[in-house]
This record gives sequence, structure tokens and C-alpha cells, in this order.
Amino acid sequence: MSETTTIRTTSGGKMIATMVLVASICGVLIVGAFEGTQDAIAENKRITLERAVFKVLPGAASVREYAATASGIQSLAGAAMPEGGVKFYAAYDQAGALKGIAAEAAGKGYADTVRVLYGYDTNCQCIIGIGVVSMRETPGIGDKIITDQAFLKNFEALDVRVNAEMTALANAVKVVKHGTKQNAWEIDAIAGATVTSKAVGRGINESAQKLLPKLFPHIGELKS
Amino acid sequence: MSLPNQANDAITFDTFMEGIWRQNPVFVMVLGMCPTLAVTVSAENAMSMGIATTFVLVSSCLLVSLIRNLVPKEVRIATYIVIIATFVTLVDYLIQAVSLKLYEALGAFIQLIVVNCIILGRAEAHASKNPPLKAVVNALGMGIGFTIGLFALGGTREILGAGKLFGMSLFGDQFQPWVVMVLPPGGFFVLGGWLLLFSLLRGRKEARAEA
Repeated sequence: MSETTTIRTTSGGKMIATMVLVASICGVLIVGAFEGTQDAIAENKRITLERAVFKVLPGAASVREYAATASGIQSLAGAAMPEGGVKFYAAYDQAGALKGIAAEAAGKGYADTVRVLYGYDTNCQCIIGIGVVSMRETPGIGDKIITDQAFLKNFEALDVRVNAEMTALANAVKVVKHGTKQNAWEIDAIAGATVTSKAVGRGINESAQKLLPKLFPHIGELKS
Repeated sequence: MSLPNQANDAITFDTFMEGIWRQNPVFVMVLGMCPTLAVTVSAENAMSMGIATTFVLVSSCLLVSLIRNLVPKEVRIATYIVIIATFVTLVDYLIQAVSLKLYEALGAFIQLIVVNCIILGRAEAHASKNPPLKAVVNALGMGIGFTIGLFALGGTREILGAGKLFGMSLFGDQFQPWVVMVLPPGGFFVLGGWLLLFSLLRGRKEARAEA
């Protein structure tokens, strides 16, 4: 400090008053923005979900959220997630008939968790389509799981039958080396993108093992 | 800022152009490198990030300038951060309301606008010393300069790394994408290229001024 400048100190009261004033203005702005946008955000989330479900279950026209628990299934519309429940989506066609089930699967990929949504057909007890929800895999390598037609062919009728005791899948979903697929429950990996392919396979296996044995015995309840 | 302590409230063309050219945040000041390198994998992401930052910059500079005579200097940084954080929260909600896809693409970098040094720097160095209109004009210039910088990177990276611009294919099926350009190292390559270009231009201008 040079001698010509006088040191001015501000009283604590003024500092607090300023901060309170600024914080109040900011609080009002944030609440206003939240109130103003929350409907649009909820609508956006719903549309995003519907689009993802319709993609894996072609022909579906509406989606309802459910949870499968050890004791049965219950609707999630306006209800909280029950303990130990597994979330899934039931998709219906124009006429209101059950078109299929969609659920989310997640597996550790090369860069980050790969999250996919898979469509399950109750008649053939198989997975009939997948869609990537989020991933950060290497562009040009890992992201082939979105575009590689040969890989996507794996999910046209991937066998996920539940065993007779209703405890697990009859055959665990397995990712095999490129070109060695023999059974309907195996996934042929993409050459050069094995880690990402395995992430998808492991995620689907984990999710289906958890969901389908709980869901399958009650599937009739969804058909109304 | 030539004479920072002089009361000079006149809004000149330079008040606006400062951020776009002479003090461009990306190419001259090399500020805000975290979003600059991270989100510029496509032109769309870059533009959205630039617009979001511009909005936060302009609104927080306006508010900071309006209350500039009220705020005691001891608590000014805390006050600025609260104001900036408020507008970032606003942008966060707005982007979610506009597009969830965009929100996921930009990820944590929207929230990180709070600590973008361009914004705090403008609030401290310019808005807190100038009347509202001048502060807004200057902030708008800075914001546009930042957006141009991001777009220059995002556009180049998308063209080289994916053969597209704003998602539209430019070269047809024959194009083999230069994938590394959309990976993190590509951000440094492209930024380095642009900085080289700008320093060449500056060097040439100085040489001409001397001659």
C-alpha cells in the first residue's frame, strides 16, 4: 500500500447484506427457471424414452413403466421403485395388445459404461433388437455396435429362454469370437471391437438374468 | 484496455470487436481451454457450447455491472461466482428443455461453465468497472469471439474426423474419416494448427508495421 491510498474497510453488516441481496435475486431466478422448464424437460425425457423403446420394438405405439420384484410386477406410474425391483418397459401397439418388453442393460466397455436398451418378444422368448442409450467408445471402432449390420443381426432373435425352475436363463447369453457363433444364445463379436461387443453381451446377460425369471411367470398380467 | 482507471464510458466499435479479434479468448488469450478441447468434436456441440457460454457471459456481466457500486470489494469474487452459477443453472435447465441429446453430448461441461475463466475474468476486469450497456456489448463480443473459436475447432474436427459438417455428409461414401481428429489428441492438433495460423498472421502484421 502506498501512503496516498487510504485503506477502506467495509463493515461486516454491509458485506452480509450484499451477499443476501445477491443470493435472493439468484434464488428467484433459479426457481423461476426450474418452474418454467420442468414440464418441457419431463416431456423431453418421455419422448426420448418412447423413441428408444419404439426403435427396439417396431410397431409399438405406447409405453408403460413397470418394476419386476420377487413377488410379482407392479406399475411404476406415479409410484416409487420398490426395493429389489428391476425396471422394465411394456410396449403396446395401436390396438392395446402387448407388443413386447424393453429393458436397459449396462456393461463396462473400453472407455466407459455402455448402456443399451433391448427389446424382448414374449412369444419367441428372445431379444429382437437393441439400441444404444449411451456410450463413449472409440469412434470408428467401438461405435460399430450401432452400425455394424452383422453384429446387429445377432439381436434379431437372441435366445433368452427362462429355465424350467424359473430361476435363471436356460442358456446364459455369451459373446463369442468373431465368426464362431453356433447357438441362438451366442453373440458374434465384432472383429477388432471385442471389448465393446463383450460389454453389450455381458450387460444383456446380467440384465436378462435378473429381470426375466421375475417377469416371465407374470407376463399374462401385462397383456390387458 | 489502455487506460483502465480512466472514466471512459463511451462505447466504441472496439468495445465489441475486442473479444472477437484483438483479445479473442481462444486464439489470443488461450482461455477456457477445458471446454474448447473437450466439446469441439462436432460443429453442433461447439456452437451450442459457445451460445450457452455467451448467454452466461452476457447475463452475468449485466448483473455484475448493475450492482457494481453496491458490492464491497472484499466479497466481490464470492458475489460474482454466485451470479455466474445462477445463470449456468438456468442454461442447464434450458438445454435440457430444448434437447436431451445435446445435454448428454455436452455433459459436465455445461456445469463447468461456472469456472470458465473467461466469464469471471470479464466480470472482474470489465463489467465491475463499466456501466451496464458497455459491459453487455463487450461481453457479447467476447462471447461471439469464443463461439467463433469453438466453431473453428469443432467444424475442422468434424470435417476431418467424420467427413461431415452439422451432421451433413460432405464427401460421400468414398471418404475415409481421419478418426484421430475427433479423439482427444485431435483437439490439440487442430488447436495447435489454428494458433499457428494466428501467430503467423500476427507476425506478418508486425513485420509490415515495422517496415
